[in-house]
Amino acid sequence: MKLSSKIYTGIIFAFLFAPIIVLLIFSFNEAKSLSVFSSFSFKWYTELFNDRDTLESVKNTVVLALSATAISTTMGTAAAFGIYRVRRNWYKSIFNTVTNIPMINPDIITGISMMLVFVFVGRLFGMATSLNFWTILIAHVTFCLPYVIFQVLPKLQQMDYSLVEAAQDLGCTPVRAFFKVTLPEIMPGIITGAIMAFTLSLDDFVISYFTSGNDFQTLPIRIYGMTKKTVTPKMYALATIIFFVTMALLLLNNIIDNKESRELKRKKKEIKGG
Amino acid sequence: MNKHKKGGAFLPLAPYSLWSVLFIVVPLIFVAYYAFTDEAFRFTTENITRFFTATSNIQAEDGTMQEVRTYLVIFGRSLKLAVISTFICLLMGYPMAYIMARAKERTQKILVTLIMIPMWMNFLIRTYAWMTILQDTGIINNILGFFGIQPIHIIGTETAVIIGMVYDYFPYMILPIYSIMAKMDTKLLEAARDLGCNSFGVLRRVIFPLSLPGVISGITMVLIPSISTFYISQKLGNGKFFLIGDAIEGQYIANNLHFAAAIAFILMVILLVCMGVVKYFTSKTYGGE
Amino acid sequence: MKKIIELKNISKAFDGEGVLNDISLYINDNEFITLLGPSGCGKTTLLRMIGGFEHPDKGDILFLGERINDVPPHKRHVNTVFQKYALFPHLNVFENVAFPLRECKVPKDEINKKVNEILGLVMLGNFAGRSVTSLSGGQQQRVAIARALISHPRVLLLDEPLGALDLKLRKDMQQELKKIQQSTGITFVFVTHDQEEALSMSDTIVVLNEGKIQQIGTPADIYNEPDNAFVADFIGESNIIDGVMLENYKVSFSGHTFECLDKGFAANEPVDVVVRPEDVDIVAPEKGMLSGTVTQVTFMGVHNEIIVDIGGFKWMIQTTDSVNVDEHIGISLDPDAIHIMKKSKYSGMFGDYSSYSNELDELADAGGEE
Repeated sequence: MKLSSKIYTGIIFAFLFAPIIVLLIFSFNEAKSLSVFSSFSFKWYTELFNDRDTLESVKNTVVLALSATAISTTMGTAAAFGIYRVRRNWYKSIFNTVTNIPMINPDIITGISMMLVFVFVGRLFGMATSLNFWTILIAHVTFCLPYVIFQVLPKLQQMDYSLVEAAQDLGCTPVRAFFKVTLPEIMPGIITGAIMAFTLSLDDFVISYFTSGNDFQTLPIRIYGMTKKTVTPKMYALATIIFFVTMALLLLNNIIDNKESRELKRKKKEIKGG
Repeated sequence: MNKHKKGGAFLPLAPYSLWSVLFIVVPLIFVAYYAFTDEAFRFTTENITRFFTATSNIQAEDGTMQEVRTYLVIFGRSLKLAVISTFICLLMGYPMAYIMARAKERTQKILVTLIMIPMWMNFLIRTYAWMTILQDTGIINNILGFFGIQPIHIIGTETAVIIGMVYDYFPYMILPIYSIMAKMDTKLLEAARDLGCNSFGVLRRVIFPLSLPGVISGITMVLIPSISTFYISQKLGNGKFFLIGDAIEGQYIANNLHFAAAIAFILMVILLVCMGVVKYFTSKTYGGE
Repeated sequence: MKKIIELKNISKAFDGEGVLNDISLYINDNEFITLLGPSGCGKTTLLRMIGGFEHPDKGDILFLGERINDVPPHKRHVNTVFQKYALFPHLNVFENVAFPLRECKVPKDEINKKVNEILGLVMLGNFAGRSVTSLSGGQQQRVAIARALISHPRVLLLDEPLGALDLKLRKDMQQELKKIQQSTGITFVFVTHDQEEALSMSDTIVVLNEGKIQQIGTPADIYNEPDNAFVADFIGESNIIDGVMLENYKVSFSGHTFECLDKGFAANEPVDVVVRPEDVDIVAPEKGMLSGTVTQVTFMGVHNEIIVDIGGFKWMIQTTDSVNVDEHIGISLDPDAIHIMKKSKYSGMFGDYSSYSNELDELADAGGEE
């Protein structure tokens, strides 16, 4: 890299990380001040871990993300397989368009639109509040589905179809051929899709905001509530923890990635050598 | 030649078909339905008209009161801030993407991961961090004060809102441009040099045209969330710069669902038209892809 | 001989475009039969129909006399060696080969025994634990063959299996495939566009073009007695000249009357005359039945390939004599060097070397790969 490139990269990353670093530092501040560092303390962390509501919302967020991931990955993989097998092109393009809608539409519209349906249906059945765990789950599954589908579909299209034919040729029924050959082939796409679904669900605020009721708060909604009122460094403690969890996940992801690519290189070498 | 026997699509596709109709298509129809009905679900265009005609008084810079079209002003402001933010993101992000794409493979991976880290932090927290930084008694002013410089007032200005938007959506601009540039065949660049282009010529005549699809998807990925955002303006603009997203949220909180739907509907139509225009021009540039 | 597979009046179209047109054909048990033709002739489609991956629009497929049109691939006693082998990348060599046995729930000990046995047969005894993606093309090929053979199918279908191998390896594999076919007694149906490969391996060759069978016969029949200009041109090199059959055993072309060994044509019937380049003798101009000027000489190693302009028609001649460009030479033809064919829709399309160049031929060949 040229020096000018290095300087530019430095500036950009300073911009990207400055707020996070400020946050990190002040989470250990004894005083409540967010601009003057008085002395080091774990005070805000202790306070955070004594905050029942926040802990509850963390649990909720994880439960929701796991459920949404499980449902959207299963349904999305099946859907991708279905779209792949559809013969008519116009049929395919309808599915492509509809699947694209939640990705392109602003979150606020996706959230509002689903909320309207839930409220309408709730009123139809005479319920006082129509937003609950199930509505937010439906919403999360809905916005995760396209990401799963668009991760799995290319893997199916790249797959050598004669693998499936070979399996059938060698005695598999079409259904068994799917589980024994197709599924292992597209597994990387399914896993990437599931990871994306999981992180999107963890992180979502806007759609959750419109589709969740009072009885089920996720962490982002809790954060929203906390930042609406007075500012406390407890938030910073929370952000710091989220930051390190994120870092750990990304690092893990990178290690797996590197291992895979190294293996791929080794195999390529073997082919050349053999 | 390879026309494989297909079919057997019905069963795996059935759950998703049902799901997408119920929770993607029907909700969009409901937005229109609510937008064009009143509390008793009778047809009305009042909500739409209200968006274009509702007025309020604001204080102009010279201190006199002025009557303005409330929602048109809000929408205009949203559009202005979003366009400025998108443009800044592009200006800052394009060179970064270019530098990343030209770096060694290992460096590229590390840089991409680093860019993604702030993305993985919740945007509420990111915005909130800026709020504390930009406060009148915040870090920036502390540092300025340390050097004996007069404090500057940023929080509660349009600048603060723009900083927040740029910060929140910046990675969405870099990543699509980077991924297109990284895939670009370096032989093309060598060929261009071979044919007499200097560095700037290569950039202008080869790299930029080829990276255009990435630029366009970057622009849409930044423009759409920043035009429809709420929260950022509430926190960094001290609530003084109501944006279209805040308007929708406000009506939602006030349980004014029909008018909230009307604003959402209008926003959706405008975005649809914008994207249609963008698509038309890109397909013209790329020979109808 | 027992007919193992019969195809009756098979037709097939993709998106309204006819690929197979009324094909009827039978395959004998224990036979090595080759479907030969240029790309797009329908040979792969025909093979896939026998395998159960395509369904005929019209016509029937019989297996030992029973109609199997609607039998799915996994229930047919037919296995396929796919063009790019279709080895399962997530399974190692052993598991790939064991795949069909695991499908029919064969006991573990037996699987071990059978797989090791067959890996020995294809000379991959030490490769059982290797990942298939780490194998060379030839080794992958052997795994594919072992996998297709292990469940003892009645018929093995091979879809251009040697296409991806280099020349030397291809020759070895040809020998080996033939050997495996003879030792197992399994019927092989082999698809290729390489006429040399077809000639050297097959018991029977089926020449296909544009979805129609052009000729069925032994390699010698096909080479020596092509039915029409397409077959004559596609199998080996041929000079194909317009001629007139004067009477039995007498044909006239290029302004000269020749003796030949063919009969059964009407008097003065227009015909196509085939002369193979290696059957032409070069003589002194005054001694020749025909004479012409050499326009091109290419050294080919074993022989020279020369192009001679005889009365405006360019002949290709393969000779070990050395001649020079612009030399005037005579040619002489024995009666058995001349083969007479009825006129067909391919008449006049092939067999003239006026625009001939090696390079062009190679380009056409490369374009012909599927």
